This record gives sequence, structure tokens and C-alpha cells, in this order.
Amino acid sequence: MSQYKLSHLELLETEAIHVMREVAAEFERPTLMFSGGKDSIVMLRLAEKAFSPGKIPFPLLNVDTGHNFPELNEFRDRRAKELGAKLIVRTVEDALAKGIATQTPGELSRNRLQIPTLLAAIEEFQFDAALGGARRDEEKARAKERFFSFRDEFGQWEPKKQRPELWNIYNGRVQPGQNMRVFPISNWTEADIWEYIGQEKLDLPHIYFAHDREVVRRKGQWLPVNDLLPPKEGEEVKTLKVRVRTIGDIMTTGCIESDASEIKDILAEVASARVTERGGRADDKVSESSMEDRKREGYF
Amino acid sequence: MTDNTQLMRFTTAGSVDDGKSTLIGRLLHDSKSIFEDQWESLERSADLAGGSEVNLANLTDGLRSEREQGITIDVAYRYFATPRRKFIIADTPGHVQYTRNMVTGASTANMALVLIDARNGVVEQSKRHAYISSLLGIPHMTVCINKMDLVDYSEERFREIREQFYEFVPQLDIRDITFIPISALKGDNVVSESEHMPWYHGPTLLSHLEDVYIASDWNLKDFRMPVQYVIRPHTDEHHDYRGFSGQIIGGTIKVGDDIGVLPNGARSKVKSIITHKGPADYAFCPQSVSIELEHNIDISRGDTLTALDNLPYTTQDHDAHLCWMHEKGLQLGKKYLIKHGSRTTKVVFKELVNRIDVETLEEVNAPTELKLNDIGRVKFKTMSPLVYDAYKKNRYIGGFVIIDEASNDTVAAGMLRSPEKAQPVPDFTDYAI
Ligand SMILES: Nc1nc2c(ncn2[C@@H]2O[C@H](COP(=O)(O)OP(=O)(O)OP(=O)(O)O)[C@@H](O)[C@H]2O)c(=O)[nH]1
Ligand SMILES: [Mg+2]
Repeated sequence: MSQYKLSHLELLETEAIHVMREVAAEFERPTLMFSGGKDSIVMLRLAEKAFSPGKIPFPLLNVDTGHNFPELNEFRDRRAKELGAKLIVRTVEDALAKGIATQTPGELSRNRLQIPTLLAAIEEFQFDAALGGARRDEEKARAKERFFSFRDEFGQWEPKKQRPELWNIYNGRVQPGQNMRVFPISNWTEADIWEYIGQEKLDLPHIYFAHDREVVRRKGQWLPVNDLLPPKEGEEVKTLKVRVRTIGDIMTTGCIESDASEIKDILAEVASARVTERGGRADDKVSESSMEDRKREGYF
Repeated sequence: MTDNTQLMRFTTAGSVDDGKSTLIGRLLHDSKSIFEDQWESLERSADLAGGSEVNLANLTDGLRSEREQGITIDVAYRYFATPRRKFIIADTPGHVQYTRNMVTGASTANMALVLIDARNGVVEQSKRHAYISSLLGIPHMTVCINKMDLVDYSEERFREIREQFYEFVPQLDIRDITFIPISALKGDNVVSESEHMPWYHGPTLLSHLEDVYIASDWNLKDFRMPVQYVIRPHTDEHHDYRGFSGQIIGGTIKVGDDIGVLPNGARSKVKSIITHKGPADYAFCPQSVSIELEHNIDISRGDTLTALDNLPYTTQDHDAHLCWMHEKGLQLGKKYLIKHGSRTTKVVFKELVNRIDVETLEEVNAPTELKLNDIGRVKFKTMSPLVYDAYKKNRYIGGFVIIDEASNDTVAAGMLRSPEKAQPVPDFTDYAI
């Protein structure tokens, strides 16, 4: 009977494909959020499989903070082109200019400004579902979220009023103006993602692997030096062998020192890691509930 | 991690404050699955709360209001792995008000961990959750008698509670049940053996979780696949491809097999199968696949592909257990929506057959209402026929949810029973040319 057994990774894969097909079948205007980051690259592969030999039946959407790593944007554009997928990019820059988003004085990261930009894009294209690559193991508020996460007319998440979700049955019903955020890889861990990337031989932006980079030390993190983030007076610029574990705003995403140049090295690194994947992200550190608060406002 | 690592899902259950979240925190801590930054954040909140000890429950109580009130409100999912298995944990709330969230976490579990506070023994909520776990068909149950540190690690107390629990086991439908005395707070018998309970010779919780045999938890007998989505590439290369995609929720299938389509009663043969690995000769539950048939039959979302022997039921009149999960109780005669497999159709409840009295686990016949958190048996009619097997035979084809048409809220979850009337065998139209 062993030919009828699925490994843990295959079970996660089959679950994710099921969820993606539910979205394609139940919604009129779904989109898949694609940043070029590792989780969304896995999402794209799952979507390819879900609809093979047909094409992925949704457009891709990215909110460009203007603080994206350039390597990621290049990758994003190239992948979309290869797949012949429609890619929609909406920028925080533009949202600021139009007054959709407003910056608070001293706010370095554009993480928060993604929220109104995303909500405006959802409204502009009347998306009724947005597929995202968020995972429950990333953060404790995310650990609470359903596969189908209902958002009201204001894009808000109400964690105390989530719909019951049983077996593989998902209630995708929304009224006009409301939308659903859907997370097919909810149950994947960081290690699962890397194992899958290895198994599927997925191409990734090189910054996930060890490379030499100029960095400065701030608040216990190695931050990448670039035009947006010049070294401050008295800060020592060092060239270190680093990689990124998770990618957010370039201003606040720390690099980790690493020699991992292949997937197997990364898997070993993940297995022995002492901090969580997002442990180096200042956006999560603002307070105990910063993720919950942002999600309530409409963050994915 | 080898290719064959097994995935096991378990859920916590039991009354409020019995120590479910603390147990999960302890399990993660003692199996070295807590990261430094998570620990620092626990320490920070302990400092804020007045320099007391770290609260392990805060590892899963991820919402602000949960931490403020010291209770769990919604399910939290956590992940950890040992060299032998990967685990998905659903830590669910004990409070009656949030029973629907407990049901959510429990629906996919291979095992339920029912916690009991050794000081209080079995209480109503322990019974409710044990009953729901059994109704949901969770194959394995482990009763963790917790807070043994507060009853002097007394063997007598452990036996007493086990007896209390055994008294109502006959009313449950559980294949496999194990009792373990633990202290979630101090760590006894969670990951390491307790020094305080030399009288206990069973496994620790973790070794039990690693050992339980779960391979047979899927139904591999009767082929069933609700059609989710039809794949039509319209490309030169795949010009005529029409793939019926969906998740196989029972049985196995191979190219060349005869296949029936219900409820419309067409039949054909499997021409090709695509699995997540590409074109394949065969596929099995619970793979998500795309199947091409030999004949051009009108099939769309909501239809079910099935094996021709051992047919499922196809009917509009149903009998099921229902967990009502909404503040507004069930209304007889009102139209709701039912989502079953890939089909959404209208439904009207005709009759309340019984309600379970959670205190005694007795059935109360012909109740007048079914309210929030009530469990009962109902009869109902659907606008289109449903194609199903009894929930007991297969969780994934016997389960459904009820949706309120106006608010879109999910108001109930149900488990179908075999229909009372014998089923006519459908007359399959043979499209063979
Ligand atoms: N002495 C002792 N206290 C415990 C033990 N386990 C849990 N507690 C305490 O019991 C209280 C409730 O624990 P929780 O883990 O939050 O209980 P829960 O079952 O998750 O509660 P809900 O999720 O709200 O239903 C906390 O104060 C814990 O410290 C134990 O083994 N011994
Ligand atoms: Mg709890």
C-alpha cells in the first residue's frame, strides 16, 4: 500500500492546490500577490500545478514600496514575463502623491504605507479575492488566521469574528466591496518552503544565498547599505558574507551572516536557527501586537 | 528530514483554564522548538506583568485580547518536528462561547488531546469537547490529566478521573483512547518522564504522539472526487484538453478505469490523469488531480466523479448531526445555503430529531430549538441532490457547512448519516460509442 502514501510536503502541496482551485472557481476577480520573495515564488509554482496544462487564471499583483530590493523587482518582472502572466504593480510613491497614503514624520519603513496602497489597488481592480503567501508559522497573529480570511468593506480583519472553517470546505462568499484574503500555504513552515524550493528546483533572487554585501550595524541588525540607507556619521561600513532570510522593506530587513550558498546549506541553517525567520524584521518589533494591528487595518 | 516524514495533526480540547495552551507551550519548549526572539518576547511581557515567570500559554495566545484576558479565543496553529514526524498543532479555546473555533481546529485532526484539571475532574466542557471530537470522527484520543502537581501527583486521583471518564466512553465513538497524567506547568510526562509519578509506566505525551499509527486515517476504498474546476487551456498544444480537477477524497483511480458522474448519471473511462508530479498512471486520496475522460460529457463544478461499484448516496433528503455555531439559532423552514464538496445549494431544515444534553450525553427527542453551541440531529432537504457517503465512513465526503444567505456567515457544520430510505441505483447512461 505504500504507493498510496503522501509525504508531509505532498500533503501540504495537495492542500494548497485545492485552495487555489477553490479561489479560481468561487471568485469573479481574484488576484495572486507576487513580490518575487521566496514564499510567493512557491505560490506561483503551486498555481502553475493547480491549473496545468492551462495558464494561471489570475493576474499577479505587487505593491512596490519603493523600498523593495532591486534584485526582487527584477526577478518579479522576469518571472511574470516567462509565465506570460499579467503583472499589476501599484507603488507607494504613487499612493503618497495621490494622498491615498500619508507618511508620518520620522517613519523610515514603508511597511505600513503598503496597506492603503494595497487596499486602493483592490478597489481599483475590484478584486474580490487576493491570494497571499503568508504562513502561520511566521508570527503569532498569523498563527490565528484562517485559510479564507474575510475582510470587510474597509479591508479590515476582525480576529474575534472569523468564520468557522472545517475539513477542506471554505466559505468564500463575500458581498460587493468586501474581499477575501486567501492563504494556501498557511500550514507550511520555513523549512517546508526551502525543501520545496529544492525539490522543484525553483529559481530564486540571489540575495537569499550568501553573497558579499556592505552593511552597517543598527539595533542589533546588519542593514544593507544603499542609496536609501547611507551610513550615518560614525557608523562603520563592513563588507560581510550575508544573506536575507525574509524580505521586507529594504530599510528594516536585516541580513544574516551566512555561508549558505546552496539549498542544502540553507536547510541546515534553518534547522539550527536560534531566532525565527522574522526575528530580524523591525516592522514586527514595534510592539507585541504590531502584526495584529497591521492586519486589522488591511495588511495581508 | 527524509521524504517519508509523516504529517500528524492534533488538537487540544477541554474546559477553560485546564492548561491546553500551557501544555502546547511546554511541548514546544521541552522539544526545543522555541526560538530566542519568541522567548525574549515572552520574558518582556512577563516583566511588564510584574516580573513574574514566563507564561507558556502566551506562545499560542497570539491576540492582544487573549493575552489581556488570559484565555484563548480562537485557534492558534503551531508547527514542530521531531526526527520522526512533523506536527501541526491546533490549540483551541476551552470557553463555551468559542466552541465554533474548537470545532474548526478539531475538524482535520488525527488526534484530540483532551485536558482535564486534576482538581476538578471531568466537567461538562470536557464531555462536550470529547463528544464533539468523537462526532467529528477524530480517530485517536489522549486524555491528559493535568495539574498533577496540585494534587500531590496522586495515583488515586488519576485513577478516579479515569473512571469518571470511562463512565461516558460508551456514548462516544472512539477507536483508541489513552490516559496520561501530566503537569503542563512543570513538564511532567510531557517530553520527559516524570520523577514524581513512579507509579505511571506509560509513554510520555511526546513519545505517544510519535508512535500512534495514523497511516490508515484516509479512506482508500471508494473512489470519490467532487469536481472543483474545469481546466480548458485553449492552446494549440492542448487544444482539446478538458480536465476535471479536484481533490480525491476517497479511494484510488487509474487510467482506463470506468467512472460514473453523479448526480446526472453519465459514465465514461479515465483517459488521462495529471497529479502534482505531472502526467500519471494512477492517483489516490487525498491528491489534488486533474482527470480527462474518454467521452465528451457535460460535467461542471459540483458534480462528483465516482467508482461504479460501491456507489455513494445521491439524494435530496438528508439526515445529519449538526453543530450550531451562530448566535441566531436554527430556524425550521428558512432557506439557508449548504456547501458540501464543491457544491453550494439551498437547504431547508424540516425537523429537529434530537438534541444532545451535554451534561448526560443523552439524546433529548424532538427539541424545540437548536441554539449556539448545541449539537443535534436534523432532517433536511436540499434543492439539488447531494452525492455522499456517511460521515462515519469518510469525513471528507460526509461533512458540510451551512451558510446564512443574508450575512454569509458560516452558521453550522454537519455530518451526514446514511439516509433512511434505500437508495435506487442510478441508471448510468453509457456513452461508449
Ligand atoms: N499548577 C499548575 N498550573 C497549571 C498547569 N497547567 C496550566 N496551569 C495554569 O492554569 C492556567 C490556565 O492555563 P491555560 O494554558 O491558559 O489554559 P487553557 O486550557 O489554554 O485555557 P483556554 O484556552 O482559555 O480554554 C494558567 O494560569 C496556567 O499557568 C499545571 O500543570 N499545573
Ligand atoms: Mg488556551
